[in-house]
Amino acid sequence: MATAATAAQDALDLRMRPRRGHFARAAYRLMRKKIAVACIVTLAIVYSGGIFVGAIAPHDYEFQDYSVINKAPSFVFDQGIKGFWTESHLAGTDRFGRDMFTRVLWGIQNTVILTVVAMLTGGLVIGVTLGLISGYYGGRTDAVIMRIGEIFTSFPDILLAIILAATLRPRVVEWVRWIEDNSFLDGLVKSGVADYVVISLALVSFGWIGMARLVRGQILALRATQHVEAARAIGSSTPRILFRHLLPNAISPIVVSVSMGMGSMVGVEIILSWLGIGIQPPRPSLGLMLFEGGVNLSILRNWPWILLAPGVASWLMVLAWNLLGDALNDVLNPRTR
Amino acid sequence: MTGYIVRRLLFLPVILFFVSFITFTLFRIVPGDPVVVMLGPKYRPEVAERLRDELGLNRPFLVQYADYMWGFVQGDFGTSFTKRGVPVRDLILPKMWLSARLSAAAMAISLAIGLPIGFFIAHKQGSWIDPAIVTITLVIMSIPIMVTLPVLLLTFCTRLHWVPCSGWTGGFDTRILIPAVGMGVIGIAALARLMRASTLDVLGQDFIRTAHAKGLSPIQVDRRHVFKNAMIPIVTILAFSLAGLIGGSFIVERIVGIPGIGGFFLDSIFQRDFPVTMAITLIGAIFFVLANLLADLTYAYFDPRIRYG
Repeated sequence: MATAATAAQDALDLRMRPRRGHFARAAYRLMRKKIAVACIVTLAIVYSGGIFVGAIAPHDYEFQDYSVINKAPSFVFDQGIKGFWTESHLAGTDRFGRDMFTRVLWGIQNTVILTVVAMLTGGLVIGVTLGLISGYYGGRTDAVIMRIGEIFTSFPDILLAIILAATLRPRVVEWVRWIEDNSFLDGLVKSGVADYVVISLALVSFGWIGMARLVRGQILALRATQHVEAARAIGSSTPRILFRHLLPNAISPIVVSVSMGMGSMVGVEIILSWLGIGIQPPRPSLGLMLFEGGVNLSILRNWPWILLAPGVASWLMVLAWNLLGDALNDVLNPRTR
Repeated sequence: MTGYIVRRLLFLPVILFFVSFITFTLFRIVPGDPVVVMLGPKYRPEVAERLRDELGLNRPFLVQYADYMWGFVQGDFGTSFTKRGVPVRDLILPKMWLSARLSAAAMAISLAIGLPIGFFIAHKQGSWIDPAIVTITLVIMSIPIMVTLPVLLLTFCTRLHWVPCSGWTGGFDTRILIPAVGMGVIGIAALARLMRASTLDVLGQDFIRTAHAKGLSPIQVDRRHVFKNAMIPIVTILAFSLAGLIGGSFIVERIVGIPGIGGFFLDSIFQRDFPVTMAITLIGAIFFVLANLLADLTYAYFDPRIRYG
């Protein structure tokens, strides 16, 4: 029933817009899914809130206003739009009188930076490249890469990420300090670059192998197809075959896996900072805020917004990525429906 | 088949070597000195020196590594740094057993609720029920566990007084409920989605149509053909999840105050008690690799078409 309807829709798409490619059609179908659009809008709002927090934050994340300690969410309506933004505490305040909404936005920024960096380097650059190499060359190269991946996945759960984040940090801080001393760059240590490096590394360590395996599997299947054989027969170079003929055909599962992977990376980042081995205070992080609000039940009973504000933010991010991944899977890989 | 198992098992020492070497090296490049942590305010340089000698920390890196691993393969995981003289084995095995029971309870909850949901919604494909339930399970699964657990605790312990609030008495009593439900909820969604996909896969097969055509009632088709075949991928996932049992859940144990392996692992990292960290990581890795193998083998056992060369 559903497949018949979509097949008819596809035929219609083809007739009306004969020259549109696979991705244009997929994008068109994605936009017709209400949930997918809702996810994209949610992610756009949450992410731009995090990215532009420096410009739009209503308060200072470190500023402690002792007149509003543990204040419930409050809205000031009588001072115009600007007053509403800067005078209200949209998500309440914590026990130091710091504005929770502002802190959550900064926390989102940290999560966004870390997960995007880790996904770009680990998932896309390392994972896809190694998967391509492994699948295309096969033989010993393949065996070595896959065995290394096996070692990485032999660390149970997120143990490797935890060990890396907990042990590497002091050493990386030393390196950053050395760079600071020997270059014109100032304030590197204070900017928390070391934290970013360590946590991205921890996230990458567990994020690359899944992508590499996925791409390898795709390439193995595609390598045997006739168009690749034809390309090789007319003397195409290896990079050309890899990037013109193999990779574009493997993009769909990669897109789906990136979307799902972003959700789980956000989750791991939050776990790391919850455990105290992520972004270090006073920089706000969602995990740390969840820790402060959730470990002591009396805080949750009396001032629930301290837990719920960062909770809702992380929930939205994880949920939107997962739902979007589902929707992408539907439109990009119609056979698995 | 035997050759495949042997080859996989032969690779196990290689994996253990790398896992142990990576962990050992990482603990060597941390600046924190276990001796400083151990002595605390009683720190004196000469005492520290004597202690280092006693623990063998003054020896070259590779000697220490070889010594530790030689002990490990003989079943001696060394002695803890922070709890002087207590063998690591006596410290971690009871905690692992405890965490495993907690995870088993959580998994039982996920299975009992997740599988029927997945099986049911697969039969509703095309109606609004299927996407609705898939979305709802995702919505619930995405709530961070650091939010669910405190909320559950607040509701059922401090408000309703249904269950004791924290701690652990060791057995399967009411205290296990909240942490197990908190952990289990995440699994419900995952299992339901898996079961749905797997059931859909089976429902599309020719033999199901044949079963209907030869006049079996829908219930009999479900019972005899669909369910059994749909369970194959699930069983392999279960074998794999066995490994997760040992890892425990860091977050849950911290929030509810369960003296399990997860919290102990974290403490050992922060206190630079690396015999403990090493032992937990290595035992975890062994379980993980074996569970992986077990998953492959169960898959081949249930589906004779699969042959590993």
